[in-house]
Amino acid sequence: MHKKVIFRHRWLPYALLFPQLAITIVFFIWPASQALYQSVLLEDAFGLSSKFVALENFIALFEDPHYLGSFKVTIVFSVAVAFLSMGFSLLLAVMADRVIKGSMAYKTLLIWPYAIAPAVSGVLWFFMFNPTVGINAWLLRQMGYDWNHYLDGGDALLLIIIASAWQQISYNFLFFLAGLQAIPRSLIEAAAIDGASPMKRFWTIIFPLLSPTTFFLLVVNIVYAFFGTFGVVHATTDGGPYGATSILVYKVFNDGFVGLDLGGSAAQSVILMAIVIGLTVVQFRYVERQVEY
Amino acid sequence: MIENRPWLAVLSHLVLLVGVAVIVLPIWITFVASTHPGEVLMQAPIPMWPGDKFLENYALVLGAGVEDAGGVPVGVMLLNSLIMALSITFGKIAISIIAAYAIVYFEFPFRMFCFWIIFITLMLPVEVRILPTFAVVANLEMLNTYAGLSVPLIASATATFLFRQFFLTVPEELCEAARIDGAGPFKFFIDILLPLSRTNMAALFVILFIYGWNQYLWPLLVTTDESYYTIVMGIQRMVNVSEQLPVWNLVMATTILAMLPPVIVVVGMQKLFVKGLVEVEK
Amino acid sequence: MSFNTKLTALAVGAFALTQAAGAFAAEEVQWWHAMGGRNGELVNQIADGFNKSQSNYKVVPVYKGNYTETMTAAIAAFRAKKQPHIVQVFEVGTATMMAAKGAVYPVHELMVDSGEAFDQSIYLPAVISYYTTPDNKLLSLPFNSSTPVLWYNKDAFKKAGIASAPKTWDEMFSASKKLVASGMKCGFSFGWQSWVMIENFSSWHNLSIGSKENGFTGLDTEFKFNNDKVAGILQRIADSQKDNHFRYGGRRGESLPMYTNGECGMWMNSSAYYGSIKKQAKFDYSQSMLPVDKSAASSAQNSIIGGATLWVLRGKQKSSYKGVAQFFKYMSGSEVQAMWHQETGYVPITMAASDLSRKQGFYNKNPGTDTAIKQLSLNTPTPNSKGLRFGSFVQVRDIINEEMEALWAGKKTAKQALADAAKRGNVLLRKFERANK
Repeated sequence: MHKKVIFRHRWLPYALLFPQLAITIVFFIWPASQALYQSVLLEDAFGLSSKFVALENFIALFEDPHYLGSFKVTIVFSVAVAFLSMGFSLLLAVMADRVIKGSMAYKTLLIWPYAIAPAVSGVLWFFMFNPTVGINAWLLRQMGYDWNHYLDGGDALLLIIIASAWQQISYNFLFFLAGLQAIPRSLIEAAAIDGASPMKRFWTIIFPLLSPTTFFLLVVNIVYAFFGTFGVVHATTDGGPYGATSILVYKVFNDGFVGLDLGGSAAQSVILMAIVIGLTVVQFRYVERQVEY
Repeated sequence: MIENRPWLAVLSHLVLLVGVAVIVLPIWITFVASTHPGEVLMQAPIPMWPGDKFLENYALVLGAGVEDAGGVPVGVMLLNSLIMALSITFGKIAISIIAAYAIVYFEFPFRMFCFWIIFITLMLPVEVRILPTFAVVANLEMLNTYAGLSVPLIASATATFLFRQFFLTVPEELCEAARIDGAGPFKFFIDILLPLSRTNMAALFVILFIYGWNQYLWPLLVTTDESYYTIVMGIQRMVNVSEQLPVWNLVMATTILAMLPPVIVVVGMQKLFVKGLVEVEK
Repeated sequence: MSFNTKLTALAVGAFALTQAAGAFAAEEVQWWHAMGGRNGELVNQIADGFNKSQSNYKVVPVYKGNYTETMTAAIAAFRAKKQPHIVQVFEVGTATMMAAKGAVYPVHELMVDSGEAFDQSIYLPAVISYYTTPDNKLLSLPFNSSTPVLWYNKDAFKKAGIASAPKTWDEMFSASKKLVASGMKCGFSFGWQSWVMIENFSSWHNLSIGSKENGFTGLDTEFKFNNDKVAGILQRIADSQKDNHFRYGGRRGESLPMYTNGECGMWMNSSAYYGSIKKQAKFDYSQSMLPVDKSAASSAQNSIIGGATLWVLRGKQKSSYKGVAQFFKYMSGSEVQAMWHQETGYVPITMAASDLSRKQGFYNKNPGTDTAIKQLSLNTPTPNSKGLRFGSFVQVRDIINEEMEALWAGKKTAKQALADAAKRGNVLLRKFERANK
C-alpha cells in the first residue's frame, strides 16, 4: 500500500494534501452530497417548493422499464466499444511492430483522434452518417443498405459505437505497441527458428505476454464507454430512436438538465456514483495485488 | 526482422494503410468540407477532394469572426480555450503531485481517510453533478472568471492516481539513501522525486490539456460574458441553429482550427506521452 | 503554480474591470437567448438598435446554447441568484415557467409597474393566446413564433402531373403515389413530429390534446391525444412507408435536406425554414396550408405556434425593469417586427408588422410567406386550439418521439404507441402537479 521507508512530519503531509482535499470537498463532495439530498426530494425546477419523499425517486427508477433498458444499452455499448476499439488497435499495433520503415508516420497519423473533443467528433460522425448528405450513408446506400439512424435503433447504436471506438483507438494503439515492443525479441526468434508460423507465434507467445496490457486497457475502455462518451451521444443521437442509444450518463443528464426532473436525475447520479465507487475499489484491488506481486 | 518474408511486410503495410485511412477519413472529410462553398455540402455525395475556397473560408473564420457564431472572433475563443486548458493542466499536476507525495511517503493520522476522499472522485464525469457544482461556483462568485472555468474541473483524482502509482514503483533504496545523507522530505521531493517524474508529468500534460481543451457543457454554464467563450462552445453554437441548417463549410473550418492545438500537443509529445503512461501501468 | 496564480489574478482583474465599466455606463439588462447561427446575428442587431435609441439602458444579449441549455442555465442561475433579466424559453417550457410564480415577472404586471403604456390588443391573438392566463393576461412576450405548413416541390408536382397542393390527407397520399411513380424517392416527410403530427394535427381538427383545456385551467390535466382520430392518421402514415409515401428523417429539422435535395416532394415543418429552403432548394418551391383529414373534421380550425418567448425573471434591481419594459415596447414596434419577420420567416407578433410587410411588397415578392399567418388566424382559437400547457412537456415530447419512432419502425401500432405515450406522459404530469403544489 505504501512505502516501508517513510517520513514523519507533524503538519507537512496535511499541507501537501490541503489543495487537493479542499478542491475535492468544495467542488466534488459537497455537490455530491447535495445530489444525495436532492435524490430524496420532490422539487420544482426553480427550487421554490420541495417535499421529502424518501426513496420514492429510486423506486420509480427501478420500476421504469426504460431506466432498466438504459442499463442494458450501456452494457452492450461498453462491451462493443471495448472490443471494436481494442481489436482494431491490436491489429494495427501488431502490424506497426513488424514494419521498420514508416512506423513513425503511421503512429503520428493514428494518434490524431485522441486529440479531438467528443462534442466535435460527434459532429464529424453525425455529418458523415447523415442519411441525406453523409458520405458513409451514401456509400452504404450504393451498396444497397438503407442507413437511417433516425429510425433504426441498431444503426443509431452502431453510430455511437463507431464514433466512441474511433476516439479510443489512438490510446489503445499506443499501449499495445509499447507492450509489443517490450516483448523480448529473442523469445520470438526462438519460436521462429522452431518453425512456428507468424500466426501461431502471435497466439502462443505474443498474446499471452500482452495480457496485462490487455486487461488494463479493458478496464480503461469500459470506464471510458460508461462515463466518457456523453459528448458523443449528445452530439449525434440524443439517446434515440426509442431509447436505443440512451446510455446511463446521458440519461442522468437528459432527465436532469433537459427534463428538469431534479429528484429523478439525482437518484440516477447516486446510483452512478455507487457504480463508480465500486469500480474504483475493484480497480484498486487489482492494481494493489499487482504491485505487491 | 525475424525472418525474411517480403509478402508479410507488404501485408503489414497494406493493413496499416487501410487502418490509417479509416482512422483519418473523418478528419480528411472535415478538411475537405472546410475548403468548399457551403452549397456543395448540401448534396450527396459530398466531394472527397479539397475545393477552391480554402483561403476564403479560413480568412472569414479567422478574421471578422463568423457572424453565425455570434461574431466572437475565433482567435479570442482559441485564446480562452488555451487559458482554460493550461490552467487545468498546471493546476492539476501541481496539486496532484504533492498530494500523491503525502499519501505515499508519509505516515499520519487519517491517511486512509484522505486517500479515499480523493479517490472516490476518480471517474465521475462533471456532467453528472453539473447543477449542484454550478450552484457552488455561483455562490463563490466565480462565474465569468477563468478560475470558475478551470478550478472545479481540477477536482478529480486521475492525476493523483497516476503519480501515486508511479511513486510506488520508485525503488525504496533511493529514499533510504537520501535519508542516510540527511535529506529531509523537501529536499528528497525536489532533488530526487521531481526529476524522476518528468515523463509522467509530460504524459499528464498531454492528457489534461486535451481534457481541458475539449470541455463543452461546463464552460457553457459558467460563462455569461461572451468574451470568455471557448472554441468548442463556438462550434456547437454554429451547429445548433434552430430552423436552419448549419453552414457546414465554416463549421468545418472552425473545427479544423479547434483541432490543431491539441493535435500539435499530442503529436509533438507522443514519445513522452507513451513513455509516461506505460511506465506507470506496466 | 505561479503561472496559475497569475492567471487567476489576471482573470479577477479583468472581471473587476468589466464590472467597473458597467457602473459608469447605462444600466445593464441581460438577455439570454438560444439563437445560434444567422438569427443570433439579428438578435444582436435588435439589441444594438435599442441601445442606440436611448441612453439609460443597455441590453446585452448572451447566447447560452440551444433552447434546453438556455432554459436550464437560467433556472440554475436563478437558484444561485445570478439570473438574467430576460430569458428566451421555448413554447413547451411555458408550463414550467408559469408554475414558478415567485420567479417570473408576468409581462402584463411588468408593463403596469413600470408605467409603460401597454395595449395588448395590437398583438395577433393566435400568437399570444399560447402565452396568456385563462383571463387573457400576457405572461411572456412572444419573440420567434412559427407554425407548421406544407412545403412542396412545384417542379416535381408538374412532372408527376399533380395540379395543386393537397388540401386533404387523401390527396396527400394520392399525390405521394404519383410522386413516387414519377421517380421520386418518397412522397413526404416531416420534422418535429410531436409538434406537427400530434399537437398541430389536434388543434387543426379541433381535437383535445389534454383535459382542462389542454392544461390551461389546471395542473390536474391528463393527455387525450391517444384517440382514434390521431391514431387513424398516424397508422395510415406508418403503413404508407412500405410504398415510400412517407419517410422518417429525424426528430427535429434533420429531414430538411430530403426535401431540398429533391428526394421527397413534400415536407411538413415550420414556416421558419423559409430562409434555408430559399437558399438550398434548386427547384420551384412553395408552401400551403396543412392538409385536413376529412375523417377527423370537416374543415380546419387553426394551427398553433411553436418557437419561443421572452420571460422576465424577478430579483434584479428594481430600476432595471423599466429598461426591460422599454425594450419590449421597442421590440414590438412594426419596424423591428417586420425586419425580424422578413429576415427569418418567423411570424410577426403584431398585426401592424404584417400590414407593413404587405405594404413593403414582401408577400408579393415572396408568394406563400403569409401562409403561416393565414393558418394561425383562420378561426378564433377554441380551447382545443389556443395552445397547450403541460408540465414537464420537454420530457413528454421526448417520450412522444420515442413512441412514434417505435411506430415508424413497426414495433408498435399507432394505437399502442399513443396509449403508451399518454400513459408515460401522465406519470410525468402527476409528478409535476405534486412538485408544484
